[in-house]
Amino acid sequence: MRQYLQTSVIWLFLALLLGLTVLASHVLTGPVSLFTGLFIAALKAGLVLWFFMGMRHETPMIRLFGTGALFWLAALLLLTFVDYLSRGAV
Amino acid sequence: MTENPPSYLDAGHTIRSWLLTTDHKRIAVLYLISVTFFFLVGGAAAGLVRADLLTPEGDLLTNEGYNRAFTLHGVIMVWFFLIPSIPNVFGNFLIPLMIGARDLAFPRLNLLSWYIYMLGGLFTLIVLLVGGVDTGWTFYTPLSSMFSNGHVVLVAAAVFIVGFSSILTGLNFIVTIHKLRAPGMGWGRMPLFVWSHYATSIILVLATPVLSITLVLIAAERLFGLGIFDPSLGGDPLLFQHLFWFYSHPAVYIMVLPALGVISELVAAAARKPVFGYSFVAGSSIAIAIIGFFVWGHHMFVSGQSMYASAVFSFLSLAVAVPSGIKVYNWTATLYKGNILLDPPFLFAMSFIGLFVVGGLTGLALAMLSIDVHVHDTYFVVAHFHYIMVGGTISAYFGALHFWWPKMFGRMYPLTWGRITAATIFFGFNLTFFPQFILGFLGMPRRYHVYAPEFQTLHVLSSAGSTLLGFAYLLPFVYLGYSLVASKRASANPWGATGLEWTVPSPPPKHNFVEIPTVTGRPYDYPVDKEDSR
Ligand code: HEM
Ligand SMILES: [Cu+2]
Repeated sequence: MRQYLQTSVIWLFLALLLGLTVLASHVLTGPVSLFTGLFIAALKAGLVLWFFMGMRHETPMIRLFGTGALFWLAALLLLTFVDYLSRGAV
Repeated sequence: MTENPPSYLDAGHTIRSWLLTTDHKRIAVLYLISVTFFFLVGGAAAGLVRADLLTPEGDLLTNEGYNRAFTLHGVIMVWFFLIPSIPNVFGNFLIPLMIGARDLAFPRLNLLSWYIYMLGGLFTLIVLLVGGVDTGWTFYTPLSSMFSNGHVVLVAAAVFIVGFSSILTGLNFIVTIHKLRAPGMGWGRMPLFVWSHYATSIILVLATPVLSITLVLIAAERLFGLGIFDPSLGGDPLLFQHLFWFYSHPAVYIMVLPALGVISELVAAAARKPVFGYSFVAGSSIAIAIIGFFVWGHHMFVSGQSMYASAVFSFLSLAVAVPSGIKVYNWTATLYKGNILLDPPFLFAMSFIGLFVVGGLTGLALAMLSIDVHVHDTYFVVAHFHYIMVGGTISAYFGALHFWWPKMFGRMYPLTWGRITAATIFFGFNLTFFPQFILGFLGMPRRYHVYAPEFQTLHVLSSAGSTLLGFAYLLPFVYLGYSLVASKRASANPWGATGLEWTVPSPPPKHNFVEIPTVTGRPYDYPVDKEDSR
């Protein structure tokens, strides 16, 4: 029973964050909007990893691999944005 | 002495016993046959390209035909030969033997990977039969998504499918290396071949899905007009290049890291010394895998990406040369004062080191923004990556074939023939690709089949070299094939090398080890008592 409760709470929280993303994309513009969006997305991904994907019950080795994959995703996004955000600048 | 169990080759002679096998060694042999087949198909396309380039007018092929020939050459060589060759043939065969396991962690998944590979290959052959594709192996948009009249979606499907084979193999290797090492085989005692396959597997698992997604996006844009890469639909063609190279730069290390692992084994066995700086050589594989994910933008210096991004990528690209350099220096130090045997595997290893250094150093030149602007999309680039991939990876592949052939099939081959082949490949290779550096520097663009007459001499030299090279690649078919039927049997350890794979009979029994061994010492514990002679 506690499990269901917890899962539902996390789900509600995720839905809330989704609403926040939509809201932010309407009121904010430019890089600020982008980074807010990414920040919220990272938070959501973290919640999913930690609770839904059960990372909190895993061994350090599995966590290391999970973190590695996240790090890799961050590299992809970061370096691509280096290009996108500086296209007009230099 | 107890009677040895029958070898894996004798453990069943029906077609069924091969097609439904879960034995990693038999699956390796299946891959050996299929990878060789694709090498021949890709090689035929290369021969066509080189023949067409003999004359400045390019009279052999039409413009369309030329584009289709080099595209199929690229697609087949990259995804159906270079990427699967060493891991799927030698990785499959050797990793369990080297770490003292009875098989890979997921034997059926391993068989499934081969079937998926063959399914992807079938798609490629269909594309070949229905007329091919003309976008180049890089599928740049908007050409591939909007304008090409080749079979882009079919080829994308082929590459998409074969990607799953890569991912599954990578997964299988990672789990095997983590879970199935024999007692006593700590991370610090793993052969360097296994280390390099571990690093390769990480790239396979993390990079391949990005390619798969990108191919799906191309298909979505081409079939349904979704605006992802096409600017007129609100997309961004540079996004395609970012995604493509985020896979494809790491992919070049999928091709070359296993080769680096092979060379470490060959060098140690040839010098009969422990590898100098073992932990640095092992660690540099991991460093290459990680840094390799940060440098893709060096393929996009003149694409219109921002100069700021280019500067970042230029800097990071120079960093990736450091771990590669470590390996080369450590091999050299290993050979120093070694008791060297001039056997075919060693000659292939030497040729690898020479060609890899030329390829790597010209990579550094290309990673400099200013030089790249001059030689981008010229034959200089073509020469660079062929030095690394054809010179490097294929030398290592042949080196591995000549080193582990006695283990795989239990037969020795005539060594003199192996030496002649190694020397001919080295010479033919340089004759083919060195002139291309000069061509590129003089301004000959790549992917053109009509060119200015002053480039002809160099092109003719290159085509002559490729003929010699093609001939040299065919030689092993003769003497290795001959060895299967007529040569003398190989002993368990014909080279007097270290490593668990040499402690089992040649060819190994079905379950590798009668009793799982316990590892007590460091790897490369030379000299080995040479009880066997070849
Ligand atoms: C020292 C490390 C290396 C550096 C710094 C480097 C750098 C570069 C650069 C800057 C380019 C782009 C040139 C251009 O398009 O203008 C390039 C192209 C290429 N490199 Fe390397 N490289 C390195 C090692 C390798 C390795 C190990 C491989 C393969 C095993 C490889 C395969 C390729 C391929 C396939 C291309 C051409 C892709 C295409 O446009 O079709 N490189 N390299
Ligand atoms: Cu690259």
